[in-house]
Amino acid sequence: MSDVVGQSLQSVETHTPKELERQPLVLNNRPLGWITEQVCSILEGKMPKWWNVAFVVSFLMMLMCFGYIGYLVTTGVGVWGLNHPVAWGWAIVNFVFWIGIGHAGTLISAILFLLRQKWRCSINRTAEAMTIFAVICAGIFPGIHVGRIWLAWWLFPIPNAHGIWPQFRSPLLWDVFAVSTYFTVSLLFWYMGLIPDLATIRDRLRIAGKKLNSGLDWMINRFKQFTYGFFAMGWTGSNRHWRNYEKAYLLLAGLSTPLVLSVHSIVSFDFAVSQVPGWHTTIFPPYFVAGAVFSGFGMVLTLMIPMRVLFKLEEIITIRHLELMCKVIIATGSIVGYAYGMEFFIAWYGGNPYELYAFKNRAFGPYWWAYWIMISCNVISPQLFWFQWCRTSPWFIFVVSIFVNIGMWFERFVIVVTSLHRDYLPSSWGYYSPTRVDILTFVGTFGLFMTLFLLFVRYLPTIAISEAKGVTPQADPHHELGGAKPKQEGSRL
Amino acid sequence: MSKHYAIIAEYDTPADIMAAAEKVHAAGYEKWDVHTPFPVHGMDDAMGLDNAKVGWFTFFGGITGLTVGMLMIYFMNKVDYDIVVGGKPLFSGFYAFPVAYEMTILLGAFGSLGGMFILNRLPRHHNPLLINDRFAAVTDDKFFVVIECEDPAYDEAVTRALLEGTDPQHIEMVEDAQ
Repeated sequence: MSDVVGQSLQSVETHTPKELERQPLVLNNRPLGWITEQVCSILEGKMPKWWNVAFVVSFLMMLMCFGYIGYLVTTGVGVWGLNHPVAWGWAIVNFVFWIGIGHAGTLISAILFLLRQKWRCSINRTAEAMTIFAVICAGIFPGIHVGRIWLAWWLFPIPNAHGIWPQFRSPLLWDVFAVSTYFTVSLLFWYMGLIPDLATIRDRLRIAGKKLNSGLDWMINRFKQFTYGFFAMGWTGSNRHWRNYEKAYLLLAGLSTPLVLSVHSIVSFDFAVSQVPGWHTTIFPPYFVAGAVFSGFGMVLTLMIPMRVLFKLEEIITIRHLELMCKVIIATGSIVGYAYGMEFFIAWYGGNPYELYAFKNRAFGPYWWAYWIMISCNVISPQLFWFQWCRTSPWFIFVVSIFVNIGMWFERFVIVVTSLHRDYLPSSWGYYSPTRVDILTFVGTFGLFMTLFLLFVRYLPTIAISEAKGVTPQADPHHELGGAKPKQEGSRL
Repeated sequence: MSKHYAIIAEYDTPADIMAAAEKVHAAGYEKWDVHTPFPVHGMDDAMGLDNAKVGWFTFFGGITGLTVGMLMIYFMNKVDYDIVVGGKPLFSGFYAFPVAYEMTILLGAFGSLGGMFILNRLPRHHNPLLINDRFAAVTDDKFFVVIECEDPAYDEAVTRALLEGTDPQHIEMVEDAQ
């Protein structure tokens, strides 16, 4: 029967007009070994000059971030611009911004996997790494905004001398569990995907090490063999192992999907469960999740467009990949735009004067500029991707992706600050401005993020090698490039 | 002293190894395996393998997470430190759900990864295959059939003949360095 299926597939292939053929996921019909070579040579060779420069700059920015955190801890939260009534300032804005960035990585690795989107294989490794680093940056802010950072462990249910426990009715505590679970599961998923590729590097190091007898190079080679080999867990590509591996991968994808939806839903509960006009709305969970995926894809594109050029990965991360990511940006950007509109509609239709005031104040109050930056970056700029030229010109996508990052940061600023700066008592109305410490701590987290990311491209494979191979026709035993002989009798092939 | 560990045959394409796997499976071997740089679709059927059992580990991990989460919150907020907040009940499955749900996913994920390691008997760093030079290409672009010498049906001449009949690129004996 499979013979018949094979033949009909073939006839479909031969009768497909050239212009309707799907562009392959790895261009130019490269052999399997080429993918290994292309990806591994990045981390086996010396890093180019730009990497060193970028690393030094990022590292200094990271030190600045830690320096300002030290200043905050030793001095007190008064060094931030917080006031009454705006007691949640940039710390929460930055937290939600970074945690949102992470969501694209999980969407690509888990949801697109469940939806059988094979194009994810070229970009999932980098996107997952981005998730982990973004969650690290996000995790800093709730930790430091508690003021007395040495008491941050009170967030966790740890037995203590006071004999008290955390109060689980608070969404803030749900958030602690959501974010720490999200980080742990993302790390497990990422590590599991890395195992076969770490084995590839281990085996290449072993063969390369044969030519070295002694000396420093030999010692470095042995050290690397040990380290990569240790984390590769003795992987041999056994099919009996792949069988369990693929099942575990599927299950982790199945677990990560509800996880990623729950994480930003719970982040939105931090706002929605309160009674503040502008926060107390049921639209928040889906609206936050869509916004998170939107901002995350913005960041994925910001990172991946330079990376594919600088490391010559254009044949693995193709224009088609960029175009598909742009389509996700249109979809999620439009959902976000719809949510903005719907919030206004409900504020009017709901008949609650405080709610209506909060929204009028967002668009035309003292923070009107933040609101309109948000609208132009998040609602208008992604609509350009309806034009094919815009979706297929990398420099143009890069520019729009920067706008998306900016817009999504401002979305969180608008939500947090404009809702808080007006209270039910006009006597407590105020205006919030960040201080130098607020601004430079946030800028510094980009240094932390980029430092981690640069170390990742330096020491780990940026493309999931085994997965990228798996989606090529050379990997398909029923394809001629995979060695299939269609006319052979008596075989399932 | 070293002894024979396994006989390995190398192939260039997934189609070749799929055909070879069917023949080795038909010949009734038990301690044998196929090694590929990526999972080859249809190989489980060709080798006659049933469904993977990782799901049980995930399931019990998840059940444990949900139970532990609910009991933890019940103990902490209802039994050991019962303080009324906002007139809400001391314990309710609704407010406890988000945390218990995250715990379900957390332990389910550990179950999946741990189950994969346990079922695969990994980590295994002393594998004789890992010191064979030709076999290093298995994580690059070559495909291998490995038949262990401990297999009851193993006979050096017969097994070698069987593998030669599958049109491999290369056949080699792997030694187990003691």
